[in-house]
Amino acid sequence: MARKSARDRMSNEINAGAMADIAFLLLIFFLVTTTIVEDRGILVRLPPWAEDEEIEQIADRNVLSILVNAQNQLLVRGEREDISNLRERSKEFIMNPMNLSTMPASPRDAIISLRNDRGTSYETYLEVYNEIMGAYNELRDELAESMFGERYEDLNIDQRREIRSEIPMIISEAEPTEFGEER
Amino acid sequence: MSRFRKKRGKASPAIQTASLPDIIFMLLFFFMVVTVLRDADIIVQVTTPEATELTSLGRKSLVNYIYIGVPYDRYQHIYGSSPRIQMGDAIRGLNDIALFIGEHRLRVPENQIPAITTSLRVDGDVTMGIVSDVKIELRKAEQYKVNYSARPRIE
Repeated sequence: MARKSARDRMSNEINAGAMADIAFLLLIFFLVTTTIVEDRGILVRLPPWAEDEEIEQIADRNVLSILVNAQNQLLVRGEREDISNLRERSKEFIMNPMNLSTMPASPRDAIISLRNDRGTSYETYLEVYNEIMGAYNELRDELAESMFGERYEDLNIDQRREIRSEIPMIISEAEPTEFGEER
Repeated sequence: MSRFRKKRGKASPAIQTASLPDIIFMLLFFFMVVTVLRDADIIVQVTTPEATELTSLGRKSLVNYIYIGVPYDRYQHIYGSSPRIQMGDAIRGLNDIALFIGEHRLRVPENQIPAITTSLRVDGDVTMGIVSDVKIELRKAEQYKVNYSARPRIE
């Protein structure tokens, strides 16, 4: 009788308490080994490769030439410029608010030409690129605001296309010159 | 009376832990799904520059990475101290870029090939010479969608 009651007291449930420990162990393993790297950056589209590129004649007024030398100095249309002014300068060039004859008649004609030395640091290059992108993004935002009352990011695909046809982003990158020491 | 007292005495004082594993497993699965194991061992040191006009990259399976930078100290006796190109988990040359892109294309459904992005993770101190060479190789390999990886600028 006594033996039988002992068997009755035995629980026929599996002890699940230790399962949490095992799961915790796995959880901690995954927490430690994984890294959430959110990669962000400046998205660009490279032009197709052509062995001998045709040289197109473009009116001077439509081109904003930017040169970055191996000392990371900037030359915009032949004169020294500071990187911090580049965004304003590009915006003025693209929109040509004063209707000057030295700047494009419409934003559709505007071309920004970027040239650097092989010795230019990548950081400077990206900073310049960032400023040009910033100028275009600000202009598109402004136009989107006046046309649709919304920011460019919030527009739908058709509206975006309209803005893009109004202010296309044309950045031409020439082959780098051989100047400067590479490291 | 005696019956009530007996019932109260029998009540188990222990907290039910049977559902605890379920909760932990749920967390576990969340982390397993959300995180991606880094597949490549980074050989070159890369500190990406800062920028403001950033876009997030989409699906991980459609992104391949090219690292350019100076190898870490512990690898410098093998790879030297000038900037090198790392693709996958190895240092490779300019000629391998087309192959590297081609390998990635094989692993992706055909209709998604145009959406493949190459993320250039380049150290800020590297000079443009090597970067331009890589860009030319990418253009030759018809890989036009490129991301210059950068960190958000804190102002």
